[in-house]
Amino acid sequence: MVAMENPHGHAPQGFIRKYIFSLDHKVIGIQYFFLALTAVWVGMFLSLLMRIHLLWPSAVIPLMGEIKPETYLSLLTMHGTIMVFFVLTTAPQGGFGNYFLPIQIGAPDMAFPVLNMLSFWTTFVAFIVMLAAFFVTGGAPLHGWTGYPPLSAVQSAGPGEGLGADLWVTSIAIFCIASLMGALNFITTTLDLRAKGMTLMRMPLTVWSWFITAILGLLAFGVLLSAGILLLMDRNIGTSFYVPLVVVNGQIMGHKGGSPLLWQHLFWFFGHPEVYIAILPGMGVASQVLSTFSRKPIFGYKAMVYAMLAIGFFGFMVWGHHMFMSGMSPYSAFTFSILTMCIGVPSAIKTFNWLGTMYKARIRFQTPMLYAIGFVSLFVSGGLSGPFLAQPVLDIQLHDTYFVVGHFHLIMGVAAIFGMFAATYYWFPKMFGRMMNETWGRIHFFLTLAGTYAIFMPMHYLGMAGGTRRYSDYREVKYLATLIPLHQFMTYAAIITIGAQFIFMINLFWSMFRGPKASDNPWEATTLEWTTATPPPHDNFAGVTPVVYHGPYEYGVPGAAKDYVMQTDPVGVSAH
Amino acid sequence: MATYTPSTPIQGLGRGGEPPVPPSGGGGDGGGNGGPNYGARLRRARLGLSCAIATVSMIFISLTSAYIVRQGLPTFDGASNTYVHDWGAVQLPWLLLGINTFLLLLSSLTMEGARRDITRQAALAPIKSIPGVSLGNERRFPWLWISAVLGFGFFAGQWMAWGELRRRGFYVDTNPSSSFVYLLTATHAVHLAGGMAALLWSVLAWRSRKPIEARRIMVDITAWYWHFMALLWLYVFALLGFAR
Repeated sequence: MVAMENPHGHAPQGFIRKYIFSLDHKVIGIQYFFLALTAVWVGMFLSLLMRIHLLWPSAVIPLMGEIKPETYLSLLTMHGTIMVFFVLTTAPQGGFGNYFLPIQIGAPDMAFPVLNMLSFWTTFVAFIVMLAAFFVTGGAPLHGWTGYPPLSAVQSAGPGEGLGADLWVTSIAIFCIASLMGALNFITTTLDLRAKGMTLMRMPLTVWSWFITAILGLLAFGVLLSAGILLLMDRNIGTSFYVPLVVVNGQIMGHKGGSPLLWQHLFWFFGHPEVYIAILPGMGVASQVLSTFSRKPIFGYKAMVYAMLAIGFFGFMVWGHHMFMSGMSPYSAFTFSILTMCIGVPSAIKTFNWLGTMYKARIRFQTPMLYAIGFVSLFVSGGLSGPFLAQPVLDIQLHDTYFVVGHFHLIMGVAAIFGMFAATYYWFPKMFGRMMNETWGRIHFFLTLAGTYAIFMPMHYLGMAGGTRRYSDYREVKYLATLIPLHQFMTYAAIITIGAQFIFMINLFWSMFRGPKASDNPWEATTLEWTTATPPPHDNFAGVTPVVYHGPYEYGVPGAAKDYVMQTDPVGVSAH
Repeated sequence: MATYTPSTPIQGLGRGGEPPVPPSGGGGDGGGNGGPNYGARLRRARLGLSCAIATVSMIFISLTSAYIVRQGLPTFDGASNTYVHDWGAVQLPWLLLGINTFLLLLSSLTMEGARRDITRQAALAPIKSIPGVSLGNERRFPWLWISAVLGFGFFAGQWMAWGELRRRGFYVDTNPSSSFVYLLTATHAVHLAGGMAALLWSVLAWRSRKPIEARRIMVDITAWYWHFMALLWLYVFALLGFAR
């Protein structure tokens, strides 16, 4: 490896500076990873409670008692919020992005390490504030993760709409600030700290995905922060930004003249880019893994970059498709519909290129690859129902049904989580210096893939049959009662799928301490993180700055001793 | 099968063309054997500031859109049984706000003076360090101190403007327009407070033993942020004045 001298500092020695308030991007990345891991178990537990309640509405849960309808609404609110913010936003960007972006561009750390640390701890505080909503008088809010006013803006609107809702809004505001700090750091690092030879078009697609995600976050979270401040003022100071003249429990509230639609516009201006904030890093990881395990260059590298940029751009143009039911002008609806359909084009380009990468390849079907293929499968399955919902006429029928729930869980939830699983199995050896168990990894994959399809595909049929979301009890309505067997099936599938995640957890922690030692480049990959020691030293490259000579996906190289060329291999030398 | 295309490192393209100047692994900036590269640090800090400005702009853009939308919304009036507009014009203390605007713009000018002064000092520092070379006794103009005083004057003036609004009967929840007056001025003040903290830090750093180049970065970033805050205030002032 040709390298340049890189003056670097010394690793901190004390436990607090090394592991708690660390400035090292790798430690911060792992902190984000475990925060998201904790959050996903909380979110998953809440979903399990919801599914149990849908099947056995009168069941008595230990320590909780019987779940009331309003408690069910609290569960779904907190499930959605925790999953969207503290899992789908936190792990792919804060976790893997933090750990690998600097290494993949040849930098010793993020541009602003102190800001990076602050960003993590601010996220941690936001999570604690969110969890605190469970334990205050009235409990957690029940307005859904979208927080639509006037329900979310009037303290007396429900049992969780007092202090619990205040904590919910405050937590999201804190999370916005943390995300903005993180986005600033990612953009500056990518633009300013690339190693010699690491031009933009030599960056791995993972770096591109984190970079574009950071731009989306920088532009979107500020808007949500503003929206949240207005909501807090409506709730606590008596302003009327969102709340019209409303009557709650027979009492006329003091508000008048506000518009709930104002919140919807501001929220969805953030909310739709948030979908891509969650999924873009998964696209980057899938590209990285598919190329590595297909032993072929990624098909259409530049097209992949431009497609991600196009997805990010269009992501800001389509928020209105969440509001077709709001009585918007048909011309506006038509415009939002067309723009939404446009996103299908770069998405199709990406899918085509992923398939092209695997076409006629000598694929190594190891666990990261299985999850990357699973990602593509879920992205297609979840994405195909998008154009249905993009039609205002169809959306009127399907809005607020399980069809929508099935759609966004496949495309935004599970596909993104499969991206995270692919990332975990792929980068675990580099992060922890040991290999995960391959057999258990495959068992985990097949159970999870089958389980997620079993949970979320029937939701589409449930929605088409008129199954409304957010109902806690289907027994009372005749046409809904006929759909209960489908709910039974989904609940059993959920229990099995959640059970399968224990396999992952055991594999993760067992491998962390007892797994076989990993070599520096166990997957025979080409990008910079595989040129350094496992796990990487404090400054990533042990005092040298790598020099880059090649693109990120030089696989299947004729004439080379092995079938790949590292990014740092000198020109004309086939070192592998 | 892929074909291997021998490629050469590309010089001078973007930041990938040159070796980056690293922060000391995992910790602050610079240090180590090679010493800190202040030029690279300044460029990086300005890039980070640009991102921060983009974010703050998005916050004010979203508040502006909310302002315009809310201004046009009708509300149901039970007495007349019709829809009416509840957006009432707020009697702003124009003279006071005008004086505040003048103070902030003046402080922006003095911050620019501070920025140029320290840039000149940083440029002359290598010459000054040559034994036997003296540039004579230069008189220091306290640009930063004056900026800080003017900044505090702006805050005090805004506080007085809020007091005047309350005396005229306009509270946060009086009507939607008064809500926005308080919201926009407070949001601007919160962001300006961040600039004030950086400004005070720069004043303290002036008296510390930090290298002149490090202090220059601090003052430079603070000055650019301060200019942005002045522009932002002009925007808020114009919005409150012209879109009443």
